[in-house]
Amino acid sequence: MTDNVKPMPDPAWHERLFSTWLLIAVIIACLYVTEFKPWALVDETSLRAARQFLSSFFPPAHDAEFLKLIVVSTWQTIAVATAGVTIALIFAVPLALIATRTLSISRIGNPRVARIPNFIRNATRGVLIVLRSVPELAWGLLFVRAIGLGDTAGVLAIALTYCGMMGKVFLEIMESQDARSADALLINGASRSQTFLYATLPSCLPEMVSYTVFRWECAIRSSVILGFVGAGGLGQQMDLSMRMLAGGQVATMLIAFVALVWLADVVSKQLRALLD
Amino acid sequence: MDTASTPDLVKHSMSPPPPPPRRASWVFIAIAALIITSFATLRGNWSGLFSLESASKMVDLFTSFFPLETDPRFLKKVAWATVETIAISFLGTLLALVFAMVIAIPAAGMNGTAMRKVSRGLLNFLRAVPELVWASMLVIAAGLGPFPGTLALAFHTAGVLGRLIADALENAPPEPYAALRRNGASAVTAFAYGTLPVVLPQIASYTLYRWENNIRAAAVLGVIGAGGLGQLLYYHLSLLQYRDTGTVLVAMILLVAIVDTASAKLNSRMAA
Amino acid sequence: MSVDLTQVTVRLGRDADTHTVLGSISLSLGAGEQVAIIGPSGAGKTTLLHTLACAIKPSDGTLTINNETPWTLSKSALHKLRGRIFLAPQAPPLPPRQRVVNAVLAGRLAGMGMLSALMSLYKPKDAALAFAALSRFKLGDKLWLRCDRLSGGERQRVGLARMMVSSAPLILLDEPVSALDPALGLLALKTIQDEATARHATLAVSLHDVQLARARFARLIGLKAGRIHFDLPASAVDEATLADLYGSEFEEAAGMMRPRAAAAAVAELPAVVAPPAAARCF
Repeated sequence: MTDNVKPMPDPAWHERLFSTWLLIAVIIACLYVTEFKPWALVDETSLRAARQFLSSFFPPAHDAEFLKLIVVSTWQTIAVATAGVTIALIFAVPLALIATRTLSISRIGNPRVARIPNFIRNATRGVLIVLRSVPELAWGLLFVRAIGLGDTAGVLAIALTYCGMMGKVFLEIMESQDARSADALLINGASRSQTFLYATLPSCLPEMVSYTVFRWECAIRSSVILGFVGAGGLGQQMDLSMRMLAGGQVATMLIAFVALVWLADVVSKQLRALLD
Repeated sequence: MDTASTPDLVKHSMSPPPPPPRRASWVFIAIAALIITSFATLRGNWSGLFSLESASKMVDLFTSFFPLETDPRFLKKVAWATVETIAISFLGTLLALVFAMVIAIPAAGMNGTAMRKVSRGLLNFLRAVPELVWASMLVIAAGLGPFPGTLALAFHTAGVLGRLIADALENAPPEPYAALRRNGASAVTAFAYGTLPVVLPQIASYTLYRWENNIRAAAVLGVIGAGGLGQLLYYHLSLLQYRDTGTVLVAMILLVAIVDTASAKLNSRMAA
Repeated sequence: MSVDLTQVTVRLGRDADTHTVLGSISLSLGAGEQVAIIGPSGAGKTTLLHTLACAIKPSDGTLTINNETPWTLSKSALHKLRGRIFLAPQAPPLPPRQRVVNAVLAGRLAGMGMLSALMSLYKPKDAALAFAALSRFKLGDKLWLRCDRLSGGERQRVGLARMMVSSAPLILLDEPVSALDPALGLLALKTIQDEATARHATLAVSLHDVQLARARFARLIGLKAGRIHFDLPASAVDEATLADLYGSEFEEAAGMMRPRAAAAAVAELPAVVAPPAAARCF
């Protein structure tokens, strides 16, 4: 090791130093904004509250009446999710159909984009964006306000948000398909819906079904969360028990919830495997 | 096929082929049954929902958002809540990354199979409980405000990221690590020089993706009192201040739409 | 460091499916000695180097390093010993996104504290040292690049530069110049040997280029089918010895190989052996 020529300095060093300081600054700012005080967790009063709450977790509540309530609310959670996704599906398919360019009749033999159909397509895309940009929980709050507590609000909240998400993904699936088979039918005078049924649908169906199943799995989670704003099901019961600091009940419901999520995961995996 | 000398085979080949499995149609029936029972057991008043009265109630609610509240003082409040939302999501994701790394290392089987099982179980539990449920429990322990929201995001995301990272670590090629170990490096330094550089890009992209998700999640966590835009939404909706509510909703839509577009742009640039 | 193998046998594989890769090998390397290991593919050269590096435990026989038997040491003592041995695999496994500087400095991990090793990832601690090592292999300008920007030959030299920054007194290199052109290969080998001499380190190198081995090493060990075929001073290794080492294997292989692969094998064989063998077979 006798070479004494100095190496050129690290070209990435200044950038690295800068990003380090930037990160530190951002973290400090975030700590301030989020009122990050971990010691609040270990001060006397909150520690006592937490200890009391946690110690009441055991044993989990298991009297027959409560278990019956759990079964009923778990089913309600599943029902809300299923109904919500069903409605979302019913609206998402036609919306995606309207918004897709693959099925445009005005496109045939006309290089220029027709103005009115194009406007309708873009407006539909806009609707899909707004639908999915409002989180389902915000929809839930609004519907609870408008039509009162109960699972209807949950179903509608899931239906609207998921309609936006599913519509967008269906649209992407359709547009990523090979347009030639659709073109062949359109040129021969087939209507939009005929083309959809005979050309687009057969090639897109597996992907669309698989995505719908995946969304159903997500909807189960959403459905629990929606309960916290009063849309029924397991979430609402959990919210009630937490307000009463009934740890035993919360523990049972957490178990039920984890089992439910696990079950939905397994069912959804099995269904999607069946599709392949 | 010559089967004359093997009567057994003849017997078999003569019997009709078994009917093709009809699992698909059973699945179809099961799904249909699930959907029908779901609608049948919902307790909502569906007739009421599709009546003119409730439709007008909905329209009333949405029209009452307009004109949006544009008082500068209120806008400032909304802007602060937006900053709070982003801060919660950022810090929550960063904390989650730290937790996830700590749990992912044993979950990738680096400390034996027993530790792998235990830490995988922990990750599954963290992941299965949604942010909002974590938040509602943490609010009890830490009081209202953005802090429990941050922790809640961190817990749930740690479960999600932890599993992804553990899988990435398990699938990483073992040779760089093994070569350094053979030359006398300690387990920690061999990991840092041999394994980590391989999986770092993957970890970074998972984390960015989760951050994007978490901005959306942080926007609504507030409805149970965990700060950010959600808290503002809940507050003004409860006080029946609909014009304020409308402004908060618009801010929420804008935030989510901007994050969506930015991430789509980033993705297409990375793919290119 | 001095190394001794007495009647070492290595069997690889599990339970019923084991096969003997090395059979009763006895060998001794004095401190500061430099040897080349040659032999046909599959003769067990890599396994022999791994055995010397305490990376594979002998199934039978004893390995002695500096009058100690590594496999009777405690786990931590054995690992400490490994830190004093440097083994470079033929294709160094470098993480694609790692920068060359860190890949080279990874050779120093054995003697480094954990904290300074981790800090060095953030700000390379001995960049000048890594640069000097790389410069010896004409790679100084690659110091700050990422490993996935390097060609196969450059990666191999990064692996050798890693050896240069370690301070191991026992250096084991598996085909260190296989991906380099002859001139560069000669330079690399010379650099390695100068470094070993300067360190007074024991050096064992496996080579497929017999001419290079004869030109650069005083002692050659011929390995064939897991056994030591010869262990001679370079001057005593003549064409006949080499033809015997490679010959039968070569004929056998040539019969089984597809024409292209066989031709490649001929091209790879040392010139001294190739003419008669090739004349016989093709």
